[in-house]
Amino acid sequence: MNLSVLVPLLLFLVLIFFIGYYASTKLTGSTHFLNDYFLGGRELGGFVLAMTMVATYGSASSFLGGPGTAYTMGFGWILLAMTQVVTGYFVLMILGKKFAIVARLYEAVTLVDFLKKRYESPAVVILSAASIIVFLFSAMTAQWIGGARLIESITGISYHTALFLFAVSVLVYVTIGGFRAVALTDAVQGGVMVVGTLILLVAVVQAGGGIPAIVQSLMAENPNLVTPYGADGNLSAAYVSSFWILVGVGVVGLPQIAVRAMSYKNAQSMHRALIIGTIVTGVIMLNMHLIGVFARPILPGIEIGDKVIPLITLEVLPPWLAGIVLAAPMAAIMSTVDSLLILVSSTVVKDVYLNYVKPDASEKTIKQISFGVTALLGTVVALLALQPPDLLIFLNLFAFGGLEAAFIWPIVLGLYWTYGNKWGALLSMITGIISYIVIHFYNSTHGNLLDVHTVTIPVVLSLLSYIAGSLLIERKKYYFIPQQK
Amino acid sequence: MDKRFQIAHREAWIGIGLALFNFIWWFGFAYGMGGRKVEEYTFIFGLPDWFFYSCVVGFIVMACLVWLVVILFFKEVSFEEGDEK
Repeated sequence: MNLSVLVPLLLFLVLIFFIGYYASTKLTGSTHFLNDYFLGGRELGGFVLAMTMVATYGSASSFLGGPGTAYTMGFGWILLAMTQVVTGYFVLMILGKKFAIVARLYEAVTLVDFLKKRYESPAVVILSAASIIVFLFSAMTAQWIGGARLIESITGISYHTALFLFAVSVLVYVTIGGFRAVALTDAVQGGVMVVGTLILLVAVVQAGGGIPAIVQSLMAENPNLVTPYGADGNLSAAYVSSFWILVGVGVVGLPQIAVRAMSYKNAQSMHRALIIGTIVTGVIMLNMHLIGVFARPILPGIEIGDKVIPLITLEVLPPWLAGIVLAAPMAAIMSTVDSLLILVSSTVVKDVYLNYVKPDASEKTIKQISFGVTALLGTVVALLALQPPDLLIFLNLFAFGGLEAAFIWPIVLGLYWTYGNKWGALLSMITGIISYIVIHFYNSTHGNLLDVHTVTIPVVLSLLSYIAGSLLIERKKYYFIPQQK
Repeated sequence: MDKRFQIAHREAWIGIGLALFNFIWWFGFAYGMGGRKVEEYTFIFGLPDWFFYSCVVGFIVMACLVWLVVILFFKEVSFEEGDEK
């Protein structure tokens, strides 16, 4: 395929690489290495905070899978995708100032640190660290594969070369620059995502002869495409509404998102991030899914959903501009992968190694271990992505909803409910994960239980377990700041 | 209780309130208007009316509300330890 698409993509990779390098220069001479490497020294400003949250959250599915489904389903799927606007403000408002204050009080660098201090239970630490490592490791591999497939499909270079290119660029900047590199590159990647979707939307509307003409041809093909119920009329209100939990309010429970709520500098950054985050999430989700639907009359008959965006981009834009716009989905994948990599690495180093293997490690050892573990994890993921084992693909199915069901209540109620204790947290995590897996299997053979997405019932069950565990076993009030007599 | 925690708790409740309002707006227009027959739909800027109100106007309303709420009700607090005012 032609070079003019490849060149802007490569330039983008080079730019990202330099930002990573810049971030790494801030690490030399750092006196609080762990805090700097895994949390960027808690100094994110409003814009970077908003962008890193949106970019981490917006992944291959917002840029490829989601629009691809909207192409088949019509406006009903855009309605579903717009449930995500709530994440732009909800996560930061709920975790908000309380989490920022408590994380500093506890000197917590990772989410597990917070849970460890709040619940004072090794079982909670081990269970949460294990589920982060297992589920997010597999999620990372899946995104990695998506990134390589995307490069393969738009440039024509082989899957292996594409994987190598993608892996090396991400690995290098994450390893040398840590969380700060991840957040700064996320900001640029988020910017590319917004600009890319705007250009593409305008071009698609023009190519289709204006919105009224596009909507008319959709209705001529199948009137259901413009209803909220999907092309076959089988998207029920209950099912679509249950995505408010999966991709809306439940996102509070995702470790890669929650950890960002303890990384910002001050209240002003948070306030600014709330506004920017809401607008950016809304613009990206609305635009990308509109593009998916609008692509249908222009390029009918695309069978594989993930190919809709690359194909429509190459169709409606000149090659050099297509290269720039297609940097957007790549940015989305990279910004998700880099956050997962640094999070899994922090879990291994801070929560496992420093907690249980060598608590008295020197600053120098910690540094070497942190770089080493990050690089090693990234390499292993890249090697696994060459020929992904079935087990990883299987685990990835539970990564998103399973983690939400496991973590949402131990985090949220741990912050706000004085009676929350370790028994509640443990029961809630176990119930969340197990019921998610059980209901997943039930739904895939019998159709959705109660007509809602798999995540819904486990989130309710884990709430009940949290409350029951906390009230029935060793009930006691908890104070973040010891009470004065 | 730490004053800063009271502020944080109030802001969390505001977040829940906004999300509820967002859901009602989104659901009401989508299924209230979108439940009619397709022939009865009107089109605004070429988009089906239910979609325009639920997703386009809904998003703009939420962005404005978040902005307003932050300006009017969100308080500046220090995150550092022992800095109680």
